[in-house]
Amino acid sequence: MHVTFSEQELAFQEEVRTFFRDEFPGDIREKQDNGIELSPEDYIRWQQLLHSRGWAGVNWPVEYGGTGWTPVQKYIFAAEEANANAPVIIPFGLSMVGPVIYTFGNQEQQQRFLPDILASKVWWCQGYSEPGAGSDLASLKTRAEFAGDHYVVNGTKTWTTLGQHADWIFCLARTSTDVARRQEGISFLLIDMKTPGVTVKPIILLDGVHEVNEVHFDNVKVPVENLVGEEGKGWTYGKVLLQHERANIAAVARSHYRIRRLRKQVSESVRGAPPLVTDASYMRQLAAVEVELKALEYTELRTLAAVASGKAPGPESSILKVKGTEIQQAIDMLYVQAAGYYALPYVPDQHEVGFAGDSVGEGAETSTALRYFNNRKASIYGGSNEIQKNIIAKHVLGL
Amino acid sequence: MDFSLNEVQEMLADSIDKFIENDYDFDTRQKYAASDKGYSDKVWQMFAELGWTAVPFSEADGGFDGGPIDIMVVMRRLGRGLVVEPYLANVVLAGGILKRVANEEQKQRWLHPIMGGELQATLAFTEPQARYELANVATTAVREDDDWLLNGRKGFVINGGTAGILIIPARTGGESCGVDGITLFAVEASADGLSRNAYQTVDGLRAAEITLENVRVGSAAVLGEVGGGFPALEATIADATLAVCAEAVGIMHLLKDKTIEYSKSRSQFGVPIGSFQALQHRMVDMLTACEQAESLLLWAVMTYAQGGADASRAISSIKYLVSSSGQRVGEEAVQIHGGMGVTWELDVAHYFKRLTAIGQSFGNADWHLDRLAA
Repeated sequence: MHVTFSEQELAFQEEVRTFFRDEFPGDIREKQDNGIELSPEDYIRWQQLLHSRGWAGVNWPVEYGGTGWTPVQKYIFAAEEANANAPVIIPFGLSMVGPVIYTFGNQEQQQRFLPDILASKVWWCQGYSEPGAGSDLASLKTRAEFAGDHYVVNGTKTWTTLGQHADWIFCLARTSTDVARRQEGISFLLIDMKTPGVTVKPIILLDGVHEVNEVHFDNVKVPVENLVGEEGKGWTYGKVLLQHERANIAAVARSHYRIRRLRKQVSESVRGAPPLVTDASYMRQLAAVEVELKALEYTELRTLAAVASGKAPGPESSILKVKGTEIQQAIDMLYVQAAGYYALPYVPDQHEVGFAGDSVGEGAETSTALRYFNNRKASIYGGSNEIQKNIIAKHVLGL
Repeated sequence: MDFSLNEVQEMLADSIDKFIENDYDFDTRQKYAASDKGYSDKVWQMFAELGWTAVPFSEADGGFDGGPIDIMVVMRRLGRGLVVEPYLANVVLAGGILKRVANEEQKQRWLHPIMGGELQATLAFTEPQARYELANVATTAVREDDDWLLNGRKGFVINGGTAGILIIPARTGGESCGVDGITLFAVEASADGLSRNAYQTVDGLRAAEITLENVRVGSAAVLGEVGGGFPALEATIADATLAVCAEAVGIMHLLKDKTIEYSKSRSQFGVPIGSFQALQHRMVDMLTACEQAESLLLWAVMTYAQGGADASRAISSIKYLVSSSGQRVGEEAVQIHGGMGVTWELDVAHYFKRLTAIGQSFGNADWHLDRLAA
């Protein structure tokens, strides 16, 4: 039993570290460090840089242009990425629809879509939830009616993250109602957002930011070649996609990075106040979160070790999403507490590029509450934590 | 990166598992716990014969050269079996001091018989006023010619009623509560002036209050350097803390498993209670706590085994988690077992009591969180 990396792994770590040090653009780094919102172009530029290094498809198999990395390499990459405070990869193409297309799509679809996903040339978004279908996703009502060489899609998708920038959307739509189980009769469709009848309406979240949308489909014609896999089997494909989503959702390395930054921050005096490190009660809360995070890091490593040795991940993997998001949210609150009153000014302009007015608060203080508010979504998306517990109870505990 | 046990560890694990499965059911455990000594001599002899009492000692001392990982393997399983035989007191505590600082003659006299199962021993590491502060040693040892005269009190000495030899930290110099000036003495239980008040503890184990009144020992009783006993004491308590954490993780898993099993078999309102979502989510939380504790235990043990700056943080982290979320796992197990959970008859209650005792030993949750926050 040991947790040391092999020499090859250490060399890989050095290679990744060097890349992040030398190739991560300074302007994006500065925005990241100061809590300034990235533009879509920033994300694309960064993802294309990763692609030029062959590192865009972290989880993809080599034959589709992926890295083919071992689980340990992925772990190392995630840690270095977080340490550099590099932008989060927009997941909808690279982490979600890409794996579905290379797993279930036909060759033509693979050739048509995968290269542009890898190269971040096409921005994808997700059409799963509906106003009436959240946790109970199988109750979705968006209809796709077969009409010879195309489907006619009608319905509404919601919580479509960054859909306002998207070129394409992947959707679960009902192609048949004559089914024994509600999970049957659902199909996985790829839809060009420029198709007539597609409209995007913003939803403003509690932090005041336009991040998610409602997407309406009004008699949208979708060519049959945009159906992935078999008609009626979309639920199965969609579940695979959600597993990819959940695996990355724990964000252990990111949370470690944020804790380290916070530790540094609370050791310094702000506006002449005593450093927070002298507040025993605060430091106890921080220490308690760190303990849980360290445990989660090893829970993730145990999962990786199981996968690396060819075993199926054990029950430890199923808790990653729930615990990971609980920890993220606890860290969000620690940042709010650290900022005190200066978490409260609502000055969103200050967190945009080119702000020239008088700044309120130090550093990213005034973005802490906004981030806390925004990230309440973490325990809701990807299957709410309560749904996760239902899944664990059924499939792990056998209840 | 490798979380698997080596072949020797697998064999050790297997043999303990088999022993518990075949020879140590709950009724047997209860019988041993209720006996005069509070454990079975026969079982203890078997531990020695199988070499389990030799695990953490060097080959030169006749041991298996085992480290923290091997002790973790043993203690997890003793936890699952709710074993009352005094492994911690003899092997981890007394043995931990002796292997670190005893000279060859002292090892012959005390360590080897401990490993052989012939001598019962313990380390009297706490005093009535000390709570969890190891250096809070008010017991004094004063030199008189070639001898030492010991005076003071030791509290909650586990295995203290049965031990033939007690390792007594005593102050021979330094400031009150200082780490310097603590000397370790090996004192025979039969020594004049040593009296003990032995009692049961809530978890079915045994402990004693020890009083030393002008107890005279020779210089051969001094273990290690005069005034320099603290590092060995501290290291041994670190070993023991990790050991009880491993025991606790074994208990946590067992309670979680038993609770899930029970919820599938116990019917109310015409259905198994495990079909109720209110209980399902609580059992998922138990699973989460168990897996998190398991993960952190592995990190802590490997980090401690490597040595270095993180070792004491690793120990406080796992002890904090075991004392806090482990306690909750115990409480939930009792709650979900309903009325049966609060009876003496059911094993669950006894596992819960042992988990509670571990939670309050070697620094409780608050104490370790304070160390982490400092």
